[in-house]
Amino acid sequence: MTEEDIRGVVLSVLTTIAPEVDPSDIRDDVLLRDQVDLDSMDWLSFLRGIHKRLHVDIPESDYASLRTLADVVGYVEKNASKPVA
Amino acid sequence: MIEFKMPSLGSDMDEGTLNEWLVKPGDKVTRGQIVAIVETTKAAVEVECWQEGTVGELVVPVGETIQVGTTLATLLAPGERAEKRPGPRVSARPRPAIKTAAKPAAAPSRAPSAPLTPPAAPGRRRWVSPAARRLAQSLGVDIDAVSGTGPQGAVTISDVEHTAAAKPATKPTAKPTAADRAAQMRKSIAAAMSRSKREIPHYYLADEIVLESSLSWLTTRNAQRSIDERVLVAVLLLKAVGIAAQRFGEFNGFWREDGFEPATGVHVGVGISLRGGGLVAPAIHDVPDKKLDELMDDLTDLVARARSFSLRSSEMSDPTITVTNLGDQGVDTVFGIIYPPQVALVGFGQPVQRVCVIDGGIRVVTTVQATLAADHRASDGHRGALFLTAINELLQQPDLLEK
Repeated sequence: MTEEDIRGVVLSVLTTIAPEVDPSDIRDDVLLRDQVDLDSMDWLSFLRGIHKRLHVDIPESDYASLRTLADVVGYVEKNASKPVA
Repeated sequence: MIEFKMPSLGSDMDEGTLNEWLVKPGDKVTRGQIVAIVETTKAAVEVECWQEGTVGELVVPVGETIQVGTTLATLLAPGERAEKRPGPRVSARPRPAIKTAAKPAAAPSRAPSAPLTPPAAPGRRRWVSPAARRLAQSLGVDIDAVSGTGPQGAVTISDVEHTAAAKPATKPTAKPTAADRAAQMRKSIAAAMSRSKREIPHYYLADEIVLESSLSWLTTRNAQRSIDERVLVAVLLLKAVGIAAQRFGEFNGFWREDGFEPATGVHVGVGISLRGGGLVAPAIHDVPDKKLDELMDDLTDLVARARSFSLRSSEMSDPTITVTNLGDQGVDTVFGIIYPPQVALVGFGQPVQRVCVIDGGIRVVTTVQATLAADHRASDGHRGALFLTAINELLQQPDLLEK
C-alpha cells in the first residue's frame, strides 16, 4: 500500500466520523483537531476505524504522538507490517 | 383492549410526525419492541411498546402529526379475543386543563356515534367550556365547527380534540432538510431552556477533582486491551455520577406540579452535541448497575445514533439526571442549565495539569472542574455539596467504578 493509498483510507475514515468535512480541505501538517471538530469519542472512533480498515493497533500511549494527518499516515506506514495485536 | 399511546419524548418535545409503522394488525408485539418511527425535531425516534399483545388496529396513519399521549394503535392483550369495533381517536393531551375535564372524554367510547351529533341549531346559544375554547385556540380549531356532545350540546374538551384529530394532516411530510431540522431544534431547545430558567431556582456548586488515581488506573487498564475495548475517562465520570445519584436521591428524579418525585432507577442523560448545531441529552439506563465496558459500549452506540438522528423513545423520555462534558472543547468549567422536569445537572470541564497543594506539598496533577446545577426546590446546597463530594471520592477509588 502506498502512502497515497493510506492517506486516502485515513481521510475516508475521517469523513465517516465528520461528514461535513471536505477531504481536499485537510492540510497534512496542521493539527487535525484544529481543522475538524473532534471530541474524545470522535477521536477514539477515528482510531478504531483506522485499526479496522488498515489493521494497525494503536496503543493508548501512542495517541499523543498522532496530531496531524501526516503523523497518522506515517504511523500506519511504519506499523502496518507488524502483526495485529 | 390496550391503547398504545404516543410516549413522552422529553420535556421539549410534545409532538412528532408518524413516519413509519413497523408492525401491522395481527402482529404480536413483545415488551420493548420498536413498533413505529416518529420524526421529531431532534431525531427519528424509534418508538418502543412496553406492553405485550397483538396489534388490533393502527389508529394513526403515516404522515400524521400527533401529540404526546395520542392513541397510536390498539393492542389485544394476550388471551383477549379480537372484537370488531372502531378505534377511538382520542388525543389525550397531557395538559392540566384536561385532567379537570377528563370525565366527558369517556363518553365517546361508550357511544361511538356521539361525535356525529349534529351541531346545535343555528342562532341558539351554545355553551362552550372555557378550557375547550382555550384548547381550540391553541390547536387552531374553529370552535363554531365543533359538534358538542356535552349536556345540551355543550362543547367539551374531548369534542375539540376529536375535531382536531379528524383534520387532515397539515401537509404530507417531506423529509426535513438539515436546515429545517436545525431551525426546529433551536426552537425546541429555546422552549425547554426558557422554561428551565423561568421555573427552576438553580443553585451552583463547583469542586476541583484530582484525577490522578482515576487516570493512572485507566491507563493501566487500557494498556492491556485492544483499541475496541478501551474505555474513555468520560465513562468513569458517568459512572461516578450514577452511583452518587443513587445515594443522593433528591438529585435523581423530577419536579412535578405537586413536588419532587424521586426516580426509581438512575438513567443518566448525556449531553451530545450534534454536528451542524444543536444538542440532545438521551439517557443511558441503569448506570450504577452497569460495568464500565457495558457503559462504554452504550455511550459509543448512543453518540453514533444521536449523530445519525436515530434514538429510541425511552432514551428521550426518561433521563433522571444529566451529565454534560465540555472538556473536549477546551473549557475549564461548565455551569449547566437543568433540563426540566429533572432537578440536577453535573458538568465537567477539561482535565488539565494544575498546581495543587497535596499533603502539605506542591504538586502538578491532572484535575477536572466538576459543577453541580441543582433545583433549590428539591434540594439544598448542603446536600448538593455532599453529592459533589461523593462524586469526587468515587473518582479517588476507581476500582469501585468497575463492577
